Amino acid sequence: MTARTIQVETLARVEGESSLYIKMAGERVADVKLKIYEPPRFFEALLRGRHYAEAPDITARICGICPIAYQMSAVHAIERALGVKPEPAIRLLRRLFYCGEWIESHALHIFMLHAPDFLGYADVIAMAADHRELVETALRLKKVGNCVISLLGGREIHPISAAVGGFYKAPTKAQLLALVPDLEWALQASVETVRWTKGLEFPSFEQDYEFVALRHPVEYPLNEGRLVSNRGMDIDATEYEDHFTELHVKHSNALQSVVRGRGSYLVGPLARFNLNFERLPKAAQDAAESAGLKPPVRNPFRSIVVRAVELVFACSEALRIIGEYEPPAVPRADIPNRAGVGQAITEAPRGILYHRYAFNERGLILTAKIVPPTSQNLRRIEDDLREYATQLVAWPQEEATWKCEQAVRNYDPCISCATHFLKVRIDRKNK
Amino acid sequence: MLILCCGNPERGDDAAGILVAEGLKELSIDTQVCTGEPATLLQQWDRAHDVLLIDAVVTGSPPGTIHVWNASETRLPPRPSQSTHGFGVALAIELARKLGSLPERLRVCGIEARNFGLGVKPSPAVQRAAKDLTNKIATECGCFPVV
Repeated sequence: MTARTIQVETLARVEGESSLYIKMAGERVADVKLKIYEPPRFFEALLRGRHYAEAPDITARICGICPIAYQMSAVHAIERALGVKPEPAIRLLRRLFYCGEWIESHALHIFMLHAPDFLGYADVIAMAADHRELVETALRLKKVGNCVISLLGGREIHPISAAVGGFYKAPTKAQLLALVPDLEWALQASVETVRWTKGLEFPSFEQDYEFVALRHPVEYPLNEGRLVSNRGMDIDATEYEDHFTELHVKHSNALQSVVRGRGSYLVGPLARFNLNFERLPKAAQDAAESAGLKPPVRNPFRSIVVRAVELVFACSEALRIIGEYEPPAVPRADIPNRAGVGQAITEAPRGILYHRYAFNERGLILTAKIVPPTSQNLRRIEDDLREYATQLVAWPQEEATWKCEQAVRNYDPCISCATHFLKVRIDRKNK
Repeated sequence: MLILCCGNPERGDDAAGILVAEGLKELSIDTQVCTGEPATLLQQWDRAHDVLLIDAVVTGSPPGTIHVWNASETRLPPRPSQSTHGFGVALAIELARKLGSLPERLRVCGIEARNFGLGVKPSPAVQRAAKDLTNKIATECGCFPVV
């Protein structure tokens, strides 16, 4: 038996750091391990003894790309525990805040992390020489997202204005209206992005996924909704831990989440799109249809097109919200201390993010549980690679490795959220 | 001259650029403080001809060593991390070079850093270097240096 090993020292263009090991035995993939060996970050323990009002700012530090997701899941969970329902203007502002994060995060991933895979470049710098317009579009889109975040959150990275009960400071209508020209440009650029992604070449690979996403009665989900799946799940956030469990595997410092009794599942753009297509605004539906995209999309490589459709949604939704916005009477409701337990799920750019907090009558956190989207996708990524790598058995070493890295990037994993570095190693044994 | 100071005041020696910004502010010299996020950085130096960018760097030199690179003409040393968490000043400069939007003159002043601990103070060596660099920039701007 001859052994063959493919090894990539660093998997680039992912958020955070980890390594991937694939062992092939003849035509069979014998083992796949997404190894996450960055030390755990202990945020859940760090929160114990802190006042619940600190949770949005502490958890935002988990990620520099999606801090708003952490802030939103935290404020919603705590408000549910306290029985607080913010006024409609706050609800709108929170959706707008999230749109800003989706725009900057999706633009970063589509153009700067995933596009080089499809166009055959090692990184965005190499790509910039031949695709200047794409990179300029990416930077400008990202900037538009950052502007929304800075205005509502006080700064673009780890914003500081989101609070339990609302915002420390709410913007004026005029401040929001000033964003409109850039958002109108971004909407048009997003529609163009869908057209551009449509023309990319996608490997032929589909899986029978369990898609899991929030579903709201009328809106494309961001902050609210029941958790649903294409296998019949329809639950409230309070029931999350009855249906999902996190497993520790020896090769990973990040836990892997599974549906109890079923196994891996998929969260993120593909799940949201497939379960909520009719909730998309017309502009996004039209863009999807023009790209030949109809649910269910089961090819994870097409996630780049779906992300572009979600860019259209985020820009369109941001413009709608700005049009409707009237400043709240008070930016933040006063909330008394009391004991409680609360859970919430919101849709981070990469998928659902679950938070649960229990705190005492002084508002001090007793326990916290956080399940980030990448933890929820980790086992699914391994399952994809187990199937996809069988197509690559006869491929030259370098190309097979490239494709495996691309398959990981389909998920836009944020390994730092799940806890960080990616090296890929493929062992091949020919029987 | 546009002076851009990058850093994080909550991460030990990473505050080097912020310390320089604070020193220059005392001398009424305008600076812009930034995180180093590439899209923002490219916009900040858009249409500027002469840019001085100050940031903490790690090259293996003793802490507090001041490095100066003429980034308009030479690439900055590559950063080992390839994750997006490694996206920063060096990526912004190389992207701008490829896009033809690099300022005519771009100098990068790096203060060698070592300790990036959460919530810790910048080390004495970095504080001294920040003061030295502030004085050098003040002199270049025609201001009386801090004693």
